[in-house]
Amino acid sequence: MKPTPELIAGLESRFEHAVIAFVDDDGYPLSVATDFRADPDRGVVILNAVAGEEVQPPEGERVNVVFSHIRPQPGIGYDERRYVSLWGPLRKVDGRLELAPDRVQGWDEQEMSFFELSERGVPQARKYLERLSEDTGREVRPRLSFGWLFLRATRLPFLTATFVPVLLGIAVAAWKDGFNWWLALLTVIGGACIHLGLNVANDVFDTQSGADEENVNPTQFSGGSRVILYGLVSMRQMALLSLAFYAVGIGIGIFLAAYSGWGLLWIGVAGALISLFYTAPPLKLVHRGLGEVCVALGFGPIMALGAYYVQTGAYDLEPLLASIPVGILIALILYLNEVPDRPADARAGKRTLPVRLSKEWVIRGYSGAVVVTFGLIAVFAITGLLVRPTIIALAAAPLALPVIRALRDSYDQPYALMPAMAKNIQLHLATGLLLILGYVIAIVADGVFDDPPSFLT
Amino acid sequence: MGVLPQPVEELLETALVSELTVVDGSGLPVTHPLIPLYDGEVIYLTSSILFSKKLEHIKGNPKVSISISDPVAVDVEPFRRATIQGDATVDDADLHAGWERVLPLWRKKEPAIDMFLGKRVALPLFFERGVIEVRPTKAFLWANGATDRPPQVFDVVKAMA
Repeated sequence: MKPTPELIAGLESRFEHAVIAFVDDDGYPLSVATDFRADPDRGVVILNAVAGEEVQPPEGERVNVVFSHIRPQPGIGYDERRYVSLWGPLRKVDGRLELAPDRVQGWDEQEMSFFELSERGVPQARKYLERLSEDTGREVRPRLSFGWLFLRATRLPFLTATFVPVLLGIAVAAWKDGFNWWLALLTVIGGACIHLGLNVANDVFDTQSGADEENVNPTQFSGGSRVILYGLVSMRQMALLSLAFYAVGIGIGIFLAAYSGWGLLWIGVAGALISLFYTAPPLKLVHRGLGEVCVALGFGPIMALGAYYVQTGAYDLEPLLASIPVGILIALILYLNEVPDRPADARAGKRTLPVRLSKEWVIRGYSGAVVVTFGLIAVFAITGLLVRPTIIALAAAPLALPVIRALRDSYDQPYALMPAMAKNIQLHLATGLLLILGYVIAIVADGVFDDPPSFLT
Repeated sequence: MGVLPQPVEELLETALVSELTVVDGSGLPVTHPLIPLYDGEVIYLTSSILFSKKLEHIKGNPKVSISISDPVAVDVEPFRRATIQGDATVDDADLHAGWERVLPLWRKKEPAIDMFLGKRVALPLFFERGVIEVRPTKAFLWANGATDRPPQVFDVVKAMA
């Protein structure tokens, strides 16, 4: 890349000194610091001459001139890392040295985060590992301990998305028709397996489509697990892991259907198909802007109704209504997480809602969905469609405010959005847990009082 | 006392950043800002495989130089500048854990490294690292950091012989 006049003009304000590097007569590189000034109009950097026969930069030859800066932070290390490296011929003019750069390389952590710089280095890392493998005759791969690798590959912390609707469905069943603990446990395990199978499959298909490689701004909440891209796990291993999770999840589902009623199969099959075709061809639902709808259905009504059916052997309106708010909120997790991914998703042909919509409409969509979610909770609780104590879930609504603020202020800054992504997950979790707590309060009140007050049931 | 003159060693022991220059396949110098670590005999620099071109260049041409030039990145009085030339090798036999042998030296300069290491799961490839070991052959020292005066030159190989 050629240095721009703007880059050359900015050198004096960004750096205190320059280092001229060249190759000496013995073939060793030699680097000497000196003062400088920039002449952007002529596209040159003027360097003070250095003294001493042995350290004279060669006139007329190509050299490398580096400008580097850090700010020490005692007890921590340093920050404000930046450097600019220029290459070009050097000549003597009026007792000074003049560099006419024709190539530039550099990094400024205030312009590009270290995480993005690292992601941009992944192809280089893979190339290095391939060469090392060839040189040593053994496969050299990066490593992580099994526990960390499992956590990363499966994206285990996202299981709250399964626990909330399943426990909510079980809570509604316990309120209406009793509770069987081992069926509840099997439901949670089965739901978790399907969810983990989906997470792992999602990585397989996003690696195949190139979406993960295109994304140089992943966060801990978006951009996938990247374990295949990093070479930590092979595509085949991930595919097998996904199949294993699906096999266990489907196996548990079939057992539960046999025990509780074959009507469970309808919802089980719908859930498995949505989960599989979320990223899998030929449907690739998330590529068509249907990801949010799939996630809302899968981690809302399908999980909650399934869990309810396992306990009661029947379907009912109440678990369906209870699951709608958590379904919308889980869709909003995906929706927000897709905001930093949108340039890479667009390049990979993944037409998610944030890819399709403008910033203003993305924010309006988020705000509107939050209003609908808490409006529904209020209406359902007040009218008695859900037990009345579920009104306490409204207490979680303020968690949405910092998310909306961050969307307005940091829409194009993936790493600045990370706290908002965490807050958005808390919004879903807190709302779901408060809905469940509402049912627990109703169950306890029903057990304690012969004729419980209506606001407790 | 190590293999280098004391004023140069003091720089190496406190410098938070240095400029490592290697020679690429076309014979051009390429410079990288890196933390220098020093045990009295060898200068160590580590490089993640994410930024591993320098490792490949060293494997192709082991001649390198390291300069310490930034007044804010060193804690020595009076300020001075130095450049050390030397022969480098790359230890990448165990990218995952081999570099941890220089962690005590690294920790002294960048205590936050332990915090980053604790989050290894977030940056797994950053902590797959090669170690560059530089055995000094020659050192140049500029008293007061003024390079408009000739440097003192120390021939390390001859001094050790």
